[in-house]
Amino acid sequence: MEESIYGWWLPIDISVNGHKVDLLIDMLHWFMVVIFVGWAIFFTYCLVRFRAREGHKASYETIKAKPSKYAEIFVVIFEVVLLFGLSIPTFGASRTDFPAEGDDRVEIHVVAEQFQWNVHYPGADGKFGSTSPKLVDSENLVGLDHSDPAAADDFVTAGIMHIPVDTPVVIRLTSKDVIHSFFIPIMRVKQDAIPGMAIPMQFEATRVGEYSKAIACAQLCGNNHFTMSGDLFVDTQEDYDAWLAEMASGGDEEEEEEEE
Amino acid sequence: MSGHDHHDPGFIRKYVFSVDHKVIGIQYTVTSLLFLFLGFALMMIMRAQLAYPKADFSFLENIFGEAGFVGGTMLPEFYNQLGAMHGTIMVFLGVVPLAVGGFGNYVMPLQIGAPDMAFPKLNMASYWVYFTGGVVMICSFFVEGGAAQYGWTSYPPLANTQPHLIGQTMWLVGMVFLITSSLLGSVNFIVTIVQLRVKGLTFFRLPFFVWAQFITSFLLLLAFPPLEAAGVLQLMDRVAGTSFFMPDGLIISGSPAVNAGGGNPLLWQHLFWFLAHPEVYVLILPAMGIVGEIVANNTRKPLWGYRSLVYSVIFLGFMSFIVWAHHMFMTGMGQSMSIFFQTTTMIISIPSVIILTALILSLWGGSIRFNTPMLFALSFLPMFAIGGLTGLPLGLAASDIQLHDTYYVIGHFHFVVAPGTLMALFAGVYFWYPKVTGRMMNSALGKLHWIGTLVFLNGVFIPMFVQGMAGVSRRLYDQTHYEHGQAVQEWTIASSWSAWLLGIAQIPFILNFFMSFFAGKKVDQNPWKATTLEWAAPSPPPHGNFATEPEVYRGPYEYSVPGASDDYSPQFVK
Repeated sequence: MEESIYGWWLPIDISVNGHKVDLLIDMLHWFMVVIFVGWAIFFTYCLVRFRAREGHKASYETIKAKPSKYAEIFVVIFEVVLLFGLSIPTFGASRTDFPAEGDDRVEIHVVAEQFQWNVHYPGADGKFGSTSPKLVDSENLVGLDHSDPAAADDFVTAGIMHIPVDTPVVIRLTSKDVIHSFFIPIMRVKQDAIPGMAIPMQFEATRVGEYSKAIACAQLCGNNHFTMSGDLFVDTQEDYDAWLAEMASGGDEEEEEEEE
Repeated sequence: MSGHDHHDPGFIRKYVFSVDHKVIGIQYTVTSLLFLFLGFALMMIMRAQLAYPKADFSFLENIFGEAGFVGGTMLPEFYNQLGAMHGTIMVFLGVVPLAVGGFGNYVMPLQIGAPDMAFPKLNMASYWVYFTGGVVMICSFFVEGGAAQYGWTSYPPLANTQPHLIGQTMWLVGMVFLITSSLLGSVNFIVTIVQLRVKGLTFFRLPFFVWAQFITSFLLLLAFPPLEAAGVLQLMDRVAGTSFFMPDGLIISGSPAVNAGGGNPLLWQHLFWFLAHPEVYVLILPAMGIVGEIVANNTRKPLWGYRSLVYSVIFLGFMSFIVWAHHMFMTGMGQSMSIFFQTTTMIISIPSVIILTALILSLWGGSIRFNTPMLFALSFLPMFAIGGLTGLPLGLAASDIQLHDTYYVIGHFHFVVAPGTLMALFAGVYFWYPKVTGRMMNSALGKLHWIGTLVFLNGVFIPMFVQGMAGVSRRLYDQTHYEHGQAVQEWTIASSWSAWLLGIAQIPFILNFFMSFFAGKKVDQNPWKATTLEWAAPSPPPHGNFATEPEVYRGPYEYSVPGASDDYSPQFVK
C-alpha cells in the first residue's frame, strides 16, 4: 500500500481540489514536451543540414520565419488560457472560498515550532481558548490561557493531526519561532507558517487512512528541519468523534507523553 | 584616464593594483573561477550526505575536523553551512563576477573600441571591494560555529535566532562588500558604454554582448541597493538589538526572543527578492550575450532578428523588476497580488522565448563550425530551454502550491544557471582565450571537457525534477526521513554520482587552461575570423588596447555578405 502512495511522479491525491493542481501540472508538462521537442527537431535538423563542409556557404539572408510567429502566438495563447482559466481560479479558490462558519467544517489551529507541528483542537464547545506567547512552556505548547472558559476542553497534539474524511478542514496556521511551511504532498496543499501572522488554509480529504509523516516542512527552519514531519490520520466521522472523545477525557496527556 | 602614459608602472601597479580593465578582467576571471570550484567542492561534499545519509564519512572528518562531524557522521549544521555557502558563493562570488566582472570588464571596452573603462580607478576599487567580500565569506568558515547556515536567502527570524554565531554576521558584512562592488562596477559599465563608443559605433551597431552587459548593469544598479539596505537592517538586528524582522511574541527554543517585537519577517523577503529576481537576469543576460557572439561567428551569418533580440533584452530588464513576489506565493499572499505577479511572470516568459527562438533560427542557412566554443554555446540553447520551461509551473501560483520549495525549484534554477549560464561562460572562456593570451586552447581537451560537462550536468539536475514531483522539500539534510523521499532516493544517488563525475570532467579544462598559456598554438589577432572590434586589437591587447583608434563602418555581424571577398566583413574594415 505504501508503495502506491509515493513514486517517481506526483504522489496520489486524496483531496477534493488537488486534481485541479494536477491538471495544471500535467498540461504544463505536455506543453513543455511539445515546445521542447519542436525546438529540438528544428535545432538538430539545422545542425545537420547547415554544418560547415566543402562547397557549402552560409547565406546572408535570414529566413522569413512565419512558423516562429505561430509558435510564439501559440505560447501566448496557451499561457493566457492556463493563467486565467486554471491557475488564477484554482489558487484564488484555495485562498478565498472558505466554507462559511457554522457549516459542516472542522477548524483547527496549527502552531509550528522548531521542529514540530502543534495541533490545537477547540474541543467539544467548538471554541478556541485564547492563547498568549507569555504562557508557552514545555507543558503548554501553544500558550493556552487556562483561565479562559473556552480553553477548558481544548487540547493540543504534537506531530499528530486527525481529521474527518469528506469534511472541509480549515486551518489557521502560525509559528512560534521561525518561518516553516506546512506541506501535505498527498493533499496538494502548502502554506508558510510565519510568526506574527495567522494564515488560514483549507483542504478536504477524500480517502480514509493513516498517512505516516505525510505532513512535511518545506521551509528551512534550522538543524532538524529534515525531521519536522507530522502524521496525518484521515478518519471516518465515527472514528474521528471517538478520537475527539478520547482526547477530551484526558487522553491528551497520554498523547503528548507518547510524543516525548 | 591612463591610456597614454608610457612609464613602466612597476609590478604591483601593473598586475596587482592595476587600473587596466584587462588586468582587472583577468583578476575577476581567475578569482571567480576559483570561487566556482570552491562552491562546487562544497556541493560535492553535500552530495555525499544526500546520497548516503548519516554514513561514515571519517575521511571527510579528517579533513574538516570535529566541528562538522561526530564519529564520522556529518552534522546537520555543517550540511546547512555547506548549502548556504554553496548558493552564496556560486551566485555572488562565482557566476556574476565571472560574467560581469570578468567577461564584461575584459571584452566590453574592446568591443566598443575604448582604450579602457571610463573610470579605471573605480574599476580597480570594484575588484578589491569584491575581493574583500570574498575574503570575509571564506574567513567565516573558520570562526566559532562556522559559516552562515540559513540558506543563501537568509530568511529571518531563522537567521536571527542564534546571534552568538558570528558566521551569519560575517555573511551580512560580506554581502555589503559584494553589493558595493557591484554598484561601483555597474556605474562604470553604464558610463563607459554610453560615452566611450568609437566613431561610427551607434547603439544599434553594438554587439549583442555589449547590449546584454548594458542592461545587466542597470539591473545591478537598481536592484542591489534594496538588498544592501536589508542586509544592514539584518545586521542591526544581530548586533545592535533592533527588531526589523522579528514580530512580537517570538519564542525561540522555549524562551522569549530578546529584542523581538514590531518587525515583520516578510519585509526581508520582499527586499531580498526585489534584488534576487533581477539577479536571475544578471546571471542569464551576459550568458545570452556570449552565446549570441559565438553563434553569429560560427554560423558565419548575421544573427536572426538582432533588433528583436535587443528589444527583448530591454523588455526583460524592465519586467524583471515587477515579478519578484512570485517567489512568495506561499506566504499567505491574497488573490489580487497573486494575479498581478502571475501575470507579469507569464509576460516575462515571452521575451525569453523570443530570444531563444531567435538564437535557434540563427542556425538556419548558416555554415556551422563545431569548434569548442560553439559546442558549449549550442548546448546552452536546449539547456536554457529546459530551465526556462520548468519555470512555468513555478510561476503559476496553483501549480506552485505543490512544487514550491521542493527540489523541482532547485532543478529549474540550476538548469538556467548551471547547464545554461555556465555552459555559456565556458564557451566564452574558450572563445576569448586567444584574445587574452595570444594562444588557442587545446581543441581535443576542450571537446572532452564539453561532452563530460554536458552529460554529467544533466545527470545532476534531471533527477531533481523527479524528486520535486514526488514532493521532496529542498534543504533536507536527510530526505529518507520521509516516505516520499525514500521513494526517489535512487535518483538522489544518481545525482550525487553525476556531481562527482562532473568534478572529474573538469580536469581537462583545468589542464587546458594552464597548459595552453604556455603551450597553446600561437594565433594572430583574429583567429576566429570574427567581425567585432575586440578582434581589431593585438592578442593580447597592449595597455590602451588599440594601436590606432578604430572606426566602425557597419553592424556587428556582417558575415557572408554577398559580393564581399571574405565570408566576414569586420566592423572596423572600411
